[in-house]
Amino acid sequence: MSTIRKSKLFESALEAIHDIQDGATLMVGGFGLCGIPEHLIEALRVKGVKDLTCISNNAGVDDFGLGKLLQTGQIRKMISSYVGENKIFEQQFLSGKLQVDLIPQGTLAERIRAGGAGIPAFYTPTGVGTLVAEGKETKIFDGREYVLERALKADFALIKGWRADPAGNLQYNMTAMNFNPMMATAAKVTVAEVEEIVGEGEMNPLAIHTPAIYVKRLLLGRGYEKRIEQRTVQPRA
Amino acid sequence: MSLKLLSREQLARRAAAELRAGMYVNLGIGIPTLVANEIRPEMNITLQSENGILGMGPFPAAGFERADLINAGKQTVTLAQGASIFSSADSFAMIRGGHVDLTILGAMEVSEQGDIANWMIPGKMVKGMGGAMDLVAGSPNVVVVMQHCAPDGSPKVLKQCKLPLTGKRCVKKIISDRAAMMVTPEGLIVTEIIVGLSFEELQACTEARLMKSPEGIRVLNP
Repeated sequence: MSTIRKSKLFESALEAIHDIQDGATLMVGGFGLCGIPEHLIEALRVKGVKDLTCISNNAGVDDFGLGKLLQTGQIRKMISSYVGENKIFEQQFLSGKLQVDLIPQGTLAERIRAGGAGIPAFYTPTGVGTLVAEGKETKIFDGREYVLERALKADFALIKGWRADPAGNLQYNMTAMNFNPMMATAAKVTVAEVEEIVGEGEMNPLAIHTPAIYVKRLLLGRGYEKRIEQRTVQPRA
Repeated sequence: MSLKLLSREQLARRAAAELRAGMYVNLGIGIPTLVANEIRPEMNITLQSENGILGMGPFPAAGFERADLINAGKQTVTLAQGASIFSSADSFAMIRGGHVDLTILGAMEVSEQGDIANWMIPGKMVKGMGGAMDLVAGSPNVVVVMQHCAPDGSPKVLKQCKLPLTGKRCVKKIISDRAAMMVTPEGLIVTEIIVGLSFEELQACTEARLMKSPEGIRVLNP
């Protein structure tokens, strides 16, 4: 990446992920199916790259989100906090085909944040005295025990924004923010797909969630499915 | 006459009595989620959802649900007035930093030291701990809502948890379908028991050693 591209904007999802190779480590944004990079995941399925390590809070459902790549057997390892909604995941895990690292959600978020912020490791109270802390260094600060957790980094981060400007500044919508801002900072190449691209200078600098420096590639996604995992509404009065 | 254990709704109502005006509260999945139905508006309670909401509102009216606005249970929700939204890292900084006053969550086992196990049964499919380990490690006040015994009658309030732990020495209070108990350095102190159950009968279905509250034991009657 020695040359500076004139534009970060890519025409297609496949082009935006053209250099993702077999065995790559990917961060994939989203919480459940909320705020996931739908088009980039689909492009990975079409491209057929395999032996992927995916760092993502969840693993999608059987036929949507990262579940699509489990279906096709493209994922070798998942690093997640909760994977309960996916039957294919369960089968592949129990058969030993899929490796899984389960990490407390806050520790996962902070390990990614640290990875992007140049902090190699940090002490946290989360998981002390549990399986999560086994084999890890611990230390007492002010009478309380903490466990040392390492930062996480990735080759690529695939994230989902709401709006971008041509420079790559991003805004997220509602809780579709979740893990996306930290992941944007923690990979060698961050690819962001968004629902809208506004004109240069049209974003309030104070209202930017992810500054452009973190975003290498932009994709304007069209026709979002935005599937809802648990549709809950008020009973009719 | 068979003993009338608390229903899920009654457990939620009793757990809601732990809320104090102005608190910031995180409610876990299952019975704790029902606690939200028991909150009166004048209590001024703010619900935190660990996927990044402070000020979670009720479910939306039909037709107003939005894929981009969910809670940590992946359910469509609304925002309360004055709500804020933030990243997962900020959400857990808030939790780990002890800023969320109260966490109410379910458990498979608790111990008399306040250990909690609620995320993993060895040999069965493990779904993950989600945010539970961060919540119990960070919250200054952890209240557990649970069935007192397993369906086969075996105790779930134990001397030592048998299942892999979610957190050590973090539970402050246990509200079960039979009794309310405080976790103290000396052990579990029973403050409330349901009608028709004696302290001795409660002890008989509890592995942990129980003590009577010096102020006496009230009826657990939400």
